[in-house]
Amino acid sequence: MAVKEIVKRCEALFEDLHFKTVRDWKAAQPGRKAIGYMPIYVPREIIHAAGMLPVGIFGGGDQIEVIQGDAYYQSYICRIPRSTIELGVTGRIDCLDGMLFPSICDVIRNLSGMWQIMFKDKYVRYFDVPQNYMDNVGGEYYVHEMQILRDDLAKLAGREVTDDDLRASIQLYNENRKAMRDLYDYRAEKPWQAPTSEVYLVTRAGMVLPPEEHTQLVRDYIAATDAEPRAKRDNARVVLTGSFCEQPPLGLIKSIEMAGCYIVDDDFHLVTRWNLDDVVVDGDPLWNLAKSFLHRSADTSSKYSMRREDKGKFLLESVRKYGAEGVVFAAASFCDPALLERPMLLEILKKHGIPSTAFKFAENTGQMAPIREQAGTFADSIKLWSAA
Amino acid sequence: MSTQKVDTTALPGKKPAPKNVQKEDAMWLQKEMINANYHDLAIAHDVGRKVSATFVPGNLNELLMCFDFARSLPETNALQNGMRKKSGKMIMDAERDGHSEDVCTYVKADLGMMMGGEIGPTGEKLPVPDVLLLSYTGCFTFMKWFELVRQKYDCETTMLHVPYQGDGKINESMVQYVVKQLKEEVIPTLERVSGVKFDIDRLRQYMKESTKAEEDLVAVLQSAKNRPSPIDGYFGGVYYIGPIFTAFRGTPEASKFYSVLRGEIEERVRQKKGPVTPDGEMTEEKYRLVVEGPPNWTSFRDFWKMFYEDGAVVVASTYSKVGGVYDFGFRHNPDEPLESLARYCLGCYTNLNFPQRIDMICKYIDEYQADGLLINSIKSCNSFSAGQLLMLREIEKRTGKPAAFIESDLVDPRYFSSANIKNRLESYFQMINQKRRATAAVH
Ligand code: SF4
Ligand code: SF4
Repeated sequence: MAVKEIVKRCEALFEDLHFKTVRDWKAAQPGRKAIGYMPIYVPREIIHAAGMLPVGIFGGGDQIEVIQGDAYYQSYICRIPRSTIELGVTGRIDCLDGMLFPSICDVIRNLSGMWQIMFKDKYVRYFDVPQNYMDNVGGEYYVHEMQILRDDLAKLAGREVTDDDLRASIQLYNENRKAMRDLYDYRAEKPWQAPTSEVYLVTRAGMVLPPEEHTQLVRDYIAATDAEPRAKRDNARVVLTGSFCEQPPLGLIKSIEMAGCYIVDDDFHLVTRWNLDDVVVDGDPLWNLAKSFLHRSADTSSKYSMRREDKGKFLLESVRKYGAEGVVFAAASFCDPALLERPMLLEILKKHGIPSTAFKFAENTGQMAPIREQAGTFADSIKLWSAA
Repeated sequence: MSTQKVDTTALPGKKPAPKNVQKEDAMWLQKEMINANYHDLAIAHDVGRKVSATFVPGNLNELLMCFDFARSLPETNALQNGMRKKSGKMIMDAERDGHSEDVCTYVKADLGMMMGGEIGPTGEKLPVPDVLLLSYTGCFTFMKWFELVRQKYDCETTMLHVPYQGDGKINESMVQYVVKQLKEEVIPTLERVSGVKFDIDRLRQYMKESTKAEEDLVAVLQSAKNRPSPIDGYFGGVYYIGPIFTAFRGTPEASKFYSVLRGEIEERVRQKKGPVTPDGEMTEEKYRLVVEGPPNWTSFRDFWKMFYEDGAVVVASTYSKVGGVYDFGFRHNPDEPLESLARYCLGCYTNLNFPQRIDMICKYIDEYQADGLLINSIKSCNSFSAGQLLMLREIEKRTGKPAAFIESDLVDPRYFSSANIKNRLESYFQMINQKRRATAAVH
């Protein structure tokens, strides 16, 4: 398939806020179930092992008009919960048999309880993860949390979720993670071949496709785009961070690129790259998932940094690994986790002589000109600085 | 007022009560206690004491006392600065230093205070903490808050992760998770920083004191079930919870304070008296309200006045449960000290899920025979505020009582619009009257 077609398919998936793919997947076999999850991370392996489709719900973007959702939130709360409620009350996600709300912030946390009240016939769970990373402390607690999810989903599926089911799912997701790592490595190596506006869509497709299919899609995209050489520009290489939950509109990502930045790493859809390497397949599957979470997972604002010197390490490593020249901090308005993290990260970047710029967005931001201008000035300053 | 008196002359910084404001004796006493704690903090390093900082919800005061720490509570510092009209500048200083206008103003007031040389609410300089005990019960912002403080001061931090009651209950795994963190992470860190060995019997002893104070506090808060209510459970309530939610839970001073307070309040019940307000005793109780959400501190007295001027008394509030929910039976248990600390943290109000919060408010409306619910939605605080509009509708539906919604902020004076709030309250009181008339017509 040509790269254009692949991207078009991903775009269609991205724009389909009635989740037809999910409906089709369910209709293909009677009794199939789908479970939604919000950012940033849930162990999708457990959902998959129960024979269900994990579906990432990342708000309504700039494509839906939020009418009812606004009646649930004051003006000073970010947008993703209101557009998610809009998806819920308008029946767009009624194909989901359940929803998981990961412990990312107080807004999503409270949304879990609102969902329990508003969608009484659905399975709803607040999915807590440990902030203590010792095996016998946080690990044991986390294994127990995962066991509850496993039991609940088994009940919903009407069948046991065996260790072997879990191992097979871990294996499949390991392949998906590998494909995602390859995609990010490829983009960092040849960002002109894999613009982030495309990589974003290819990744986002993983929120609705079964993992096997998504892995193939990622592989196909890398092969297809590599076969069609594109023009290389003298852009500034940047890491984009702060957008781990509410998503910037696609137009904003395009604007940053058009302004002269190559995004070589980002924190969109972290769930696809949460586990930094393969999760061990042999042995106790829940413990393997737990250990990967505790010791080998991505860092983000909603995770506690045990020591002062750990703060910013992950971002610095991303800058180093992907050869970035600067950092764009793009956070959703009213996003406490991102905005409270921001001064700490900016200070650390400054200490390391890494240029940065910061702005806020909402998922329905329409005015791109100021952001394009800011990103353009930033790209120019990086270029000037590196030329000096 | 009751004639029962407590000798507060031993407390430093005691000033005679200003004549233009009326308070119960216990209210003065609590003020003395809080001021005395600021003085303790100010001199702590000079007298060789280590200093801890920790948050109100899920605070482990008894445990910190086992290591002889002087105890600072940054939220209390922020609110005290708010009441003394100092927080506005602090917040703006923090914003100028790169903190977003969108985030919790408690955090910014604290960081702004640091930038201004750590001059505390009473004018004495507060020390840099030797340890930050980060127990983030019921709010993620706490975690960022202490990460920010740590980044600035490089002080030792110990984290106690308290899982959220997502299912509306506490399971054994959650309790054990907290207990293990106490044993393996928190206690060893506190031992190391303080140089004091942990003695569980000392903890038990403090907990015995806590229980006494908890018992009396519950009696005080529940006195509002009487008609007229002898207390205001929100505006007055913040004075009542002061000592037990901060550095005093587990101390004999707190036990004494709560027993005096209880005595005063029981006397008011006997005399069928209404609450004491800054302008004197409230004589006619016209409206009985339940309030959800924290108060505004920067215009605290003006805000309160809008209620008592119209004869509105708050009979129950959720804010008076942020530092511990005691009215449904929980007490610190000296026989199971660590488990009980865990259950305490797990049970604080903002760690309850939405259906639990709604149930609790409906129960208050019923048991305290309230006319309705008022939500003071705080711009700063996602933990409280996200979802309150649904809460309002659900509670109205379930109780059939009218509810109203106002918006303000904790310590940012820019978000307190006196005229708007007053208008809103007045229409709300009218709504209650209408509802009463309608009900009377039906019966
Ligand atoms: S955008 Fe930020 S504040 Fe809003 S739900 Fe997501 S993490 Fe929470
Ligand atoms: S967000 Fe709310 S609960 Fe959290 S620190 Fe701020 S005021 Fe307190």
